[in-house]
Amino acid sequence: MKVLVPVKRVIDYNVKVRVKSDQTGVDLANVKMSMNPFDEIAVEEAIRLKEQGKATEIVAVSIGPAQAGETIRTALAMGADRGILVKAEGEVEPLAVAKILKAICEAEQPGLVILGKQAIDDDCNQTGQMLAALLGWPQGTFANKVEFGEGMLKVKREIDGGLQTVEIKLPAIVTTDLRLNEPRYASLPNIMKAKKKPIDEKTPGDYGVDVAPRLKVLKVTEPAKRQAGVKVKTVAELVDKLKNEAGVI
Amino acid sequence: MASLVVAEHDNKTLKDATAKTVTAAAQVGTPVHVLVAGRDCGPAAEAAAKLAGVEKVLVADDALYERMLAEPMESLILSLAGNYDAILAPATTNGKNFMPRVAAKLDVPQISEILAVEAPDIFRRPIYAGNAIQAVKAELAKKVITVRATAFKAGEPTGSAAIEKIAAAADPGMSKFAGEELSKSERPELTSAKVVISGGRGMQSGDNFHLLDKIADKLGAAVGASRAAVDAGFVPNDYQVGQTGKVVAPELYIAVGISGAIQHLAGMKDSKVIVAINKDEEAPIFQVADYGLVADLFKAVPELDEELTKQGY
Repeated sequence: MKVLVPVKRVIDYNVKVRVKSDQTGVDLANVKMSMNPFDEIAVEEAIRLKEQGKATEIVAVSIGPAQAGETIRTALAMGADRGILVKAEGEVEPLAVAKILKAICEAEQPGLVILGKQAIDDDCNQTGQMLAALLGWPQGTFANKVEFGEGMLKVKREIDGGLQTVEIKLPAIVTTDLRLNEPRYASLPNIMKAKKKPIDEKTPGDYGVDVAPRLKVLKVTEPAKRQAGVKVKTVAELVDKLKNEAGVI
Repeated sequence: MASLVVAEHDNKTLKDATAKTVTAAAQVGTPVHVLVAGRDCGPAAEAAAKLAGVEKVLVADDALYERMLAEPMESLILSLAGNYDAILAPATTNGKNFMPRVAAKLDVPQISEILAVEAPDIFRRPIYAGNAIQAVKAELAKKVITVRATAFKAGEPTGSAAIEKIAAAADPGMSKFAGEELSKSERPELTSAKVVISGGRGMQSGDNFHLLDKIADKLGAAVGASRAAVDAGFVPNDYQVGQTGKVVAPELYIAVGISGAIQHLAGMKDSKVIVAINKDEEAPIFQVADYGLVADLFKAVPELDEELTKQGY
């Protein structure tokens, strides 16, 4: 079974983002970029499936600028077999991404697509679910554990009240939550080997998808800042303040 | 400009997030209808009918919707979508699960986790873990929206909407429920509690969370945790407060042994009053805390328990 893993190039999660003074977005100039952390978990899960003999080939896909090719290389160095880079400049909304991925799924016929549950830049949490709907496939979102059954997947999901397990027919979509696995680091020999793995270059036009944004971003601003308050010296002082000053207990 | 709110409930009770989403929906377009999809969900539907500003409650009572799985929810909502200009759901793990499917099928982008409705087609939403706020204009035939419930106020239960039964939509037959492990707790839910006390890596073990339990019992608080505490296995995943966990905005948030990573702050910085107890004076949590206590939590928390007892809590 072929597994498709879409990966997104985003601001590294350790970088403190700065809103641009003209309010058009956040400053991306000279900022460290990395693979979206949830997507790393997706790549890792696909590799584990291959190691268990459940998956035969792992195809990493990225939709973005030319540099998104580096993100695919990272996936290849971790253990994916080949890549598809769909070159697109600027913001591509989740729906357009899902449409491109749908076309790729139709061409590649994977049995499973594993995606990160959300990208840490736009925080949308949509692409996997949208792709599932467009393909008419079931989904196991926010996965904490994935097990194979006869023609189906058992996905344990992180939900508001705890954990829920669903059985979904294959082919299917899985989106990853934090505790599905701990992604590996690519070894130096594997990084070298990854340089020889093939990456196909495409454009959204090849798939007949218009990537023009449908939502218009009017402005991007900083959230209201919280002022640091006071330090209290004792627990008694704290309780007194909460009771008599803040009135919250 | 009618709006449909997909209710969050557990069949017996309607979750507070539904009332807050109704508030948002009323700003997007009226009349507001509420869809209660579940099994034996009469009590939840009755509660929805009492929400102020709701004109009608649609009830789809069928085994198919007992767990609100994404695939059957998609077809049900799509069967109703023609009557509405906007479809909204709270950004809970349920809403986040099925709403993007609905949006994709309607060929519109979803507007995720809105914080405010500036105009019926202009919304504010957080990006980059809440480190930036985006204002977006949605000139769309239909708007599919998830709502960060903590950013809206619940109306009073003063309404008396009509309840209308609707038929189940076709069963897509692709998925089935196969079990759940829910955290059992007598305490209020994290996202709607007035007081939340959370522990971080500094708690050192799951057993030590009983220190927080004692305070929680006295204050009627919910207990939460940072990602570090969940990853370390101290407490289950549903305790997690933060950008990728639950977003809370209680009257009082007490952070114990939490350093205050950006991702955690994103989940609690809209709390009215924040208390931080941490032995590291330099911990970033103190930059957002209204009251900071630099102390060893294993000394300070039992003291807090004693002090509250003394004061009659």
